[in-house]
Amino acid sequence: MKKLIYLDNNATTPVRPEVVEVMDFCHTECFGNPSTVYSFGRNAKRVMDESREKIARMIDASKDEIVFTSGGTEADNLAVFGIAKANKDKGKHIITSKIEHHAVINSCKALEKDGFEITYLDVDKYGIVNLEQLERTIKKETILISIMHANNEIGTIEPIAEIGKIAKKHKIYFHSDTVQSIGKINVDVKEMNLDMISISSHKLYGPKGIGCLYVKKGTRIKPILYGGEQEHHLRAGTENVPGIAGFGRAMELAVTETDKENKRLTRLRDMLQEGLAKRIMHIIFNGHPTERLPGTLNCAIQFIEGESLILKLDDLGICASTGSACSSASLEPSHVLMAIGLPHEIAHGSLRLSLGRDTTDEDIDYVLDVLPKAVEELRAFSPLYKEFLKKGK
Amino acid sequence: MYSEKVMEHFRHPRNVGEMENPDGTGRVGNPVCGDIMELYIKVKDGVIVDAKFQTFGCGAAIATSSMVTELVKGKTLDEALKISNKTVAEALDGLPANKLHCSVLAEEALQAAIEDYRKKV
Repeated sequence: MKKLIYLDNNATTPVRPEVVEVMDFCHTECFGNPSTVYSFGRNAKRVMDESREKIARMIDASKDEIVFTSGGTEADNLAVFGIAKANKDKGKHIITSKIEHHAVINSCKALEKDGFEITYLDVDKYGIVNLEQLERTIKKETILISIMHANNEIGTIEPIAEIGKIAKKHKIYFHSDTVQSIGKINVDVKEMNLDMISISSHKLYGPKGIGCLYVKKGTRIKPILYGGEQEHHLRAGTENVPGIAGFGRAMELAVTETDKENKRLTRLRDMLQEGLAKRIMHIIFNGHPTERLPGTLNCAIQFIEGESLILKLDDLGICASTGSACSSASLEPSHVLMAIGLPHEIAHGSLRLSLGRDTTDEDIDYVLDVLPKAVEELRAFSPLYKEFLKKGK
Repeated sequence: MYSEKVMEHFRHPRNVGEMENPDGTGRVGNPVCGDIMELYIKVKDGVIVDAKFQTFGCGAAIATSSMVTELVKGKTLDEALKISNKTVAEALDGLPANKLHCSVLAEEALQAAIEDYRKKV
């Protein structure tokens, strides 16, 4: 098999061997239902509790503030709908941003149909939310502010601590989707004044199908799934014990290694960016130059279309992604790239390379060697490039 | 998601590049919608003797451009006008539903090139 250069770690990550080990143990030796009374079931409960404690410790929370869900999407849904349901007597106004993950945006859109008013904050050209607009739009009916910590497409890191202060001052619940940031940069729910955060296991080298919502003690929130009394009555359903155990181990490793990995990935990412800037003309780098996730590189390569570039890279053994309209089922360009003000034709040429634990110097060298050639091949028959060159002359 | 045939034409597009002194040129699409296709034809005694293309677009747009240039060569203008988007998509062993518009673009580019030729003569 040819070498696979996996540069789509913001989409998902491989499960670490240490994580597989604890999950295997759960699948075979510890498969009991944690809600049972006998000791075998209690073993599963113990594994689950240990994992809950680990996760809580990693974000400076306590274990009864962790609600396991099926992943980041469910955690976002629980935060948005759960707060809306429990607080609609106070008001029906929610503030979020134009660059949130669809799990938040589409939850908000669904609430809009139920009579809620949603403010989608603008972002600047780097993707940073407008804090003045945030303060300006807060009113007494505002019950929730939901702003992501770091954007999945462009990697921009939002001023979460500042937003936390604003939310606290106005006594409004503050939720942040930290799916992309946990394990890459530091997250501390107390320092950042967070009432809720969403975490997904498969973005930090854990299994898919598991995640959690941190819910600060005393938060008025209602469940969105009904059934048993699991997860402090906030999330019914028999717990995914192997997933929870794997998630806990993955989270512990990722958070402990954050500083080291952050430095390593920043160096590799910058090497990649500088190399591309040198080798490819008419390339635009998206996202904040410094306030950005360490492994995320998003660029727009002019005169070519992103999906065709992804297919070419695939043939070269490189996995990457694009925000081009042509690559989405809806044929709509990425809402994030639109929100930062990219024209459609530039967004069409967008490419996201997201580095991870397995990315090496050699991988970057290889990409720098083959990517410019792939771009050149596509530009060779691009009518837009031809026109650009003719205009130049 | 793409058929082997689509990928084959994407990897090795036929008749790619600008044509010198084409008898007819058809340009369709716009950068906002995503794809731009430029098709050039050479005509002799009412027969398309050569066709070339330049395309800005996704894998399907490139493959349909390549396929349509293959299909028209050797055809009379009237025969070429009968090539529909369906003909192009079928020749590529089908296209994903959200990519069918790429084959429409290929049909339109061809019609535009023929129209351009007929206006000139």
